[in-house]
Amino acid sequence: MAQMNMIQALNSALDVKLTDDPNVLTFGEDAGYFGGVFRVNEGLQKKHGLTRCFDAPIAEGGIVAAAIGMGVYGIRPVVEIQFADYIYPAYDQLVSEAAKIRYRSGGEFTVPITVRSPYGGGIFGGQTHSQSPESLFTHIAGLKTVIPSNPYDAKGLLISCIEDNDPVLFFEPKRIYNGPFDGWHENPVQPWTGHPLAEVPEGHYTVPLGKARVMKEGADVTVLAYGTMVWVSLAAAEWAGVDAEVIDLRTLVPLDIDTIVESVKKTGRCVIAHEAPRTSGFGAELSALVQEHCFHHLEAPIERVTGWDTPYPHAFEWDYFPGPKRVGEALKRAMEG
Amino acid sequence: MKNTRSLSLHVPEPQCRPGDAPDFSGLMLADAGAAPRPDVSTSPHEMRELAYSLVRVLDDEGRAVGPWDPKLDADTLRKGLAAMVLTRTFDERMYRAQRQGKTSFYMKCTGEEAIACAQALVLDREDMCFPTYRQQGLLITRGYPLVDMMNQIYSNAKDPIKGRQLPIMYSTKEFGFFTISGNLGTQYPQAVGWAMASAYKGDDKIAAAWIGDGATAEGDFHQAMVFAGVYRAPVILNIVNNQWAISSFQGIAGGELTTFAARAVGYGLPALRVDGNDFLAVHAATQWAAERARANLGATVIEFYTYRAAQHSTSDDPARYRPGDEFDHWPLGDPITRLKQHLIALGEWDDARHEQLEKDCVEQVKAAGKESEAIGTLGQSRPSVKEMFEDVFETPDWRLRRQRQEVGV
Repeated sequence: MAQMNMIQALNSALDVKLTDDPNVLTFGEDAGYFGGVFRVNEGLQKKHGLTRCFDAPIAEGGIVAAAIGMGVYGIRPVVEIQFADYIYPAYDQLVSEAAKIRYRSGGEFTVPITVRSPYGGGIFGGQTHSQSPESLFTHIAGLKTVIPSNPYDAKGLLISCIEDNDPVLFFEPKRIYNGPFDGWHENPVQPWTGHPLAEVPEGHYTVPLGKARVMKEGADVTVLAYGTMVWVSLAAAEWAGVDAEVIDLRTLVPLDIDTIVESVKKTGRCVIAHEAPRTSGFGAELSALVQEHCFHHLEAPIERVTGWDTPYPHAFEWDYFPGPKRVGEALKRAMEG
Repeated sequence: MKNTRSLSLHVPEPQCRPGDAPDFSGLMLADAGAAPRPDVSTSPHEMRELAYSLVRVLDDEGRAVGPWDPKLDADTLRKGLAAMVLTRTFDERMYRAQRQGKTSFYMKCTGEEAIACAQALVLDREDMCFPTYRQQGLLITRGYPLVDMMNQIYSNAKDPIKGRQLPIMYSTKEFGFFTISGNLGTQYPQAVGWAMASAYKGDDKIAAAWIGDGATAEGDFHQAMVFAGVYRAPVILNIVNNQWAISSFQGIAGGELTTFAARAVGYGLPALRVDGNDFLAVHAATQWAAERARANLGATVIEFYTYRAAQHSTSDDPARYRPGDEFDHWPLGDPITRLKQHLIALGEWDDARHEQLEKDCVEQVKAAGKESEAIGTLGQSRPSVKEMFEDVFETPDWRLRRQRQEVGV
C-alpha cells in the first residue's frame, strides 16, 4: 500500500487502465507532455506513448466530440477539461449527444467515455476557476456524475468510470487534491500524508458507482455532502458539538438513495451541503428526495447550506464558500427544529 | 463631433424572392473537364485552386470528360442510377404518406441524390458514415431494407430504434450509418474522433461526415476542421451546399464571401469543390478523398454544389421565400436526368429501360409500404411503452425502475 494524495491516486488510476487496456487513451488541454495543469497525467505520455496521452486544441466541444466519436468506434477515451468552468462549450456535445446516443440508436451505439474536470472553489480562482456545475449534468438523462472526496475513492471511482459503458462526468474538487481541506481556511494546510484514506493500493481496484460512503456515523442529524464539503461537514459537526452522521454521496447519478433514507430515518434530521449556488442546485433534488422518502421521520425542516446565488467572487471567496461555521449553524438549527 | 460617415449594418439577401425570375448568372461554375486532378499525395497548399474551381465530369451532352472521369463500367453506372431512382421514389411515397397523415414528418433529398448514392458506392461497408438528415441515399444504396426505414418513419412496433426518434433519424450500426442527430453539426467532429480511433488502432477503416451549408456556421464545424487537420484523421468531410438552410440562403452562412470549400484552406486541409449533381464527379472526388485517407494522408473537405429541389421538410413551404420554379433554372440540372443521358449516350441505356426501372422502383417501394403499413403507421402501432425506460443507461438505475413501475409497464 502506498501513500498518495488525490493527484497521485488519479494518476495511478489512469496508469493502471492505460497498462491493462490498450483501448484506453487520454487527452486534453496541456494534458500530454506536460501532464495537465494539475499534473494528473504526469509521466503518462512518457510511459505509455504519444498516441495514448496527448495534448488537445483549446476546444472543449471538439475534445468531447472527438471522445464521443472514439467511444462510438469502440475505445475508451478519458478526456480532461482543464477547469469545470470551461466545460460549457462542450455542453451541447454532452447533453445532446453523449447522453442520448445509446437511447436514440436503440442501444446500438454507445459512448463509454470519461470526462474528468478539476472543480470547485477555495483556491482563489475567481468566477472562471471555481465553479461547481454538477447540477447542470445531474439533470440530464443519460449522464452519470461522480465526485470523489479522497485519494482512495478517487482512484477506485475513476477506474469504475473508465470501465463503465456510459458517459461519466468525473469532477475532482481541486481544493482537496493535496489535503482534506476542512474549510478553516486560516489554518495551515493539512496534507493527505498519514490519512487513512490516503492509503491507496498501487494496482487495480474499483469503488462502485452508486454507493455512498458513511464517512462518520452519528445519531443526531444526517449530513449529505460530496467532494470538499464532506471535510467541511466533519469539521462543522465538531465545531457545533453535534453527533452528525456524515454521508459522502460519492456519485450523484446514480444516487445511493438507500443509504440516505436509512440514515435520515435513523436521525430524523437532515442538512445538505454543497458549494454550488442554491437555486436548482443538487441540494434541491436531495431535499425533495428526503421529503418524499422520509417525511414521517423528519423532526425538523431540512437545511441547505450552499454557495450563494451569485457568481463565485474573487475577493469574497470565504464569504461565498459554505464553510464549517455556516454548516455548523445549520446543524444547530436542525437540532433545535 | 466625429467627421466620419455613419456605419450601416449589412444583411445579405438572396438575388431572387417569390415572384422574381430565377437568376443563377452569378454562380461560380466551371466547364466539365476543366479542373485538374492532382495526385492524392499533393500538398493542400499546391491544390488550393480546386477550392474555388468546380470539378465536373459530365458535359452538357452527357459525355464524361477530363481527368476526373472515374471510368466506371456500365453496370456500376446502372447501379448508381437505380439507387438514385429508388431514393427519389421512396421520398415521393413517404412524402405522400406524411400528407395522408400516416406519419408526422418527412424530409426529401430531391435533386441531391447523386451525393449519397455515389458516395455509398465508393465507401466500404465497414467505413462509418456520420450523416445529416438528407443522406437517405446512403442507406438505400447500401441495401438497407426499405421496410425498416418505413418502420422507423412510422414509429411502429418494428421501428429499429424503438419509437424514440423523429421520423427519418435513422440509425444502423450494421450498415455503417451513425444515429442522426437533430442538433445540426454535432456529428462532424464526432466523425473526426471516430477516424482518430481507427488510426489509433491501426485499423483500415475511414469515416465520412456530412454537413449542410447552413450548419458550417456552427462551432462544431470549426472544431472538426481543427482536429481533422491536427491529428491527420482519416475522414472525408463533406459539405452539401444545397443553397438553402430552411428559408435562409447560403449567404447567411457566409457563402457569398468565399466558397465553402475554401474554408478548408485556412486549416491546411485539401479541398475539392464538386458539381454535386454530377454522379461521376461525386464518385471521383469521393474516391480521391478515400484514397488519400486510406493512405494515411488525412482528411479531405469536399463541397458538393447542388440545389435543394424539395421543401426543407414537410413542415416547410419554400414558395414563401424563393421563386417557385428556381430548380427548373438550376444550371447544374438534375442528377438522375444527367446520369441517364450519359448512359444513353454510351449506348448502355434507353427510355424504355428507364421507364421499366421507374416502375420497378415504384413496385419495390409499394411492397415495402404494404409490409410496413400492415404493422402500422404512426399511432396505429408502436413499440412497448417499456422502451421509454430502456437504453438510458446500460443498466437502469432505481429511478428508472421505479418510474417504469409507476407507468405500469
